[in-house]
Amino acid sequence: MNARRRDLAALATLLPVVVATAFFVLPLLGLLLRAPWSRFLEQAGSPAVLDALWLSLLCSTSAAACSLLLGLPLAVWLAGGQGAVRAVVRVLVTLPMVLPPVVGGIALLVAYGRNGIVGGPLARWLDVALPFTTAGVVLAATYVSTPFFVLTVEAGLRSVDRRYADAAATLGAGPWHTFGRVTLPLVLPSLRAGLVVAWARALGEFGATITFAGNLAGHTRTLPLAVYVALESQPEAAVVTSLLLVVVSVGLLFLLRHRWWPSR
Amino acid sequence: MSRGVGARLAVLVAAGAFGALGGCDGAPPARVVRVFAAASLSAPFTALAAEFERSHPGATIELHFAGTPQLVLQLREGAQASVFAAADEVSMQRVVAAGQAAAAPSTFAHNRLAIVVPADNPQAIAGLADLVRPGLRVALCGPEVPAGRYAREALARAGVALHSVSDEPSVTAVVAKVQLGELDAGIVYRTDTTVGGVTAVDLDPAQGVTATYTIVPLVTARPPDVAAAFVAFVVSPAGQRLLAAHGFVVP
Repeated sequence: MNARRRDLAALATLLPVVVATAFFVLPLLGLLLRAPWSRFLEQAGSPAVLDALWLSLLCSTSAAACSLLLGLPLAVWLAGGQGAVRAVVRVLVTLPMVLPPVVGGIALLVAYGRNGIVGGPLARWLDVALPFTTAGVVLAATYVSTPFFVLTVEAGLRSVDRRYADAAATLGAGPWHTFGRVTLPLVLPSLRAGLVVAWARALGEFGATITFAGNLAGHTRTLPLAVYVALESQPEAAVVTSLLLVVVSVGLLFLLRHRWWPSR
Repeated sequence: MSRGVGARLAVLVAAGAFGALGGCDGAPPARVVRVFAAASLSAPFTALAAEFERSHPGATIELHFAGTPQLVLQLREGAQASVFAAADEVSMQRVVAAGQAAAAPSTFAHNRLAIVVPADNPQAIAGLADLVRPGLRVALCGPEVPAGRYAREALARAGVALHSVSDEPSVTAVVAKVQLGELDAGIVYRTDTTVGGVTAVDLDPAQGVTATYTIVPLVTARPPDVAAAFVAFVVSPAGQRLLAAHGFVVP
């Protein structure tokens, strides 16, 4: 009787897990069932898809690099203390995480567009225009993905025992030396995790990209945009392209799982 | 700790999951007619729906606007709708071919293309040929969007080889980017240029391509009589007057 109750209890706890897993696996299964397998390679290898794949990899990798450059100093500063200023800055720089990406795209246009606060002078004096360019895709992706990097790395930095850095300082190491030789190696795992999350967010970016950078094959049409375009005219190609995006993401996360998220 | 709570929780979770799977396909209440209409019909259909509701007490028109190909896709994937109004005949034929039309489509309006430019036309654009001037940023809708296809037809007819900087998803996206000053010009419908901050440059009549709008009640129509009544209202003299007031050419 008791054993049966335990079994039932175990089943009851397992059920939500099964439901939740099914919730995420079913869409993937749907894609697999809809895929035109006999023409998969032909579709996935078409120039339009390969162009979009290359552009996506290029832009998401560049965006991850940009989030490292922009995000690391920010994360270090944010993790360096408490206070209202830091709290306000944290809210401001993580806003793109909750902002609908289309809104982000409009905000980017108003700031970095041809008539924008920064984009205007750039266009007038340096003849540099970001909207409708590949650089614009990277900018949009960086905007939406850097907050993920910042939050991940800040959390990593905060979890590092400060006494190591203090000990290094006591032993005569300067702040830069301490950071480079003590703190950085300790936060390396969260740095890598932050890069992967930022990269993944950049890879999937759609709304800010189509709003800010437009949609031009070979220049700004990344894989998510290619899926959107194909969906309306060639649904089969859309499913193939979606699967390609899934394969790229799953493949990378799977290959790097031990490196990025070391088992405890 | 009761099993009851666990079970109820599971039911809730399952209901949530099915709700999410069902998405927005939930059936509207009995007297609500859901109309899927091309994005360029936003203004006249909002007015038509209000007028229809006034003359048909108890009936509610629920409008859903999007690019025509997007509507076709949503219908194909099982979205519940009662009436479909398309901006091109190709898209309408797709819906008819899929067996989703409950009657033969009727043509209810035409639209002309126009070049949309910022309000004061700073680049002094006078026609399609001006769009290829070096340094200009011009965008069209993508070729899968009716307005994009019509624009390409017009350009081909005029012998103008335009490089579109972006294949925009809808006419509204093109107009918005002209408003923001990101584009110097775009090609949209004449009726899309009535918003603030932009103005229209008409095309040479010889280069003009006419968009044809068709409407049809769908087999999924609920309630079918109200859906049919709305379609009849759109093609009626009163409906046609409203469409003409919004700049559409009525047949």
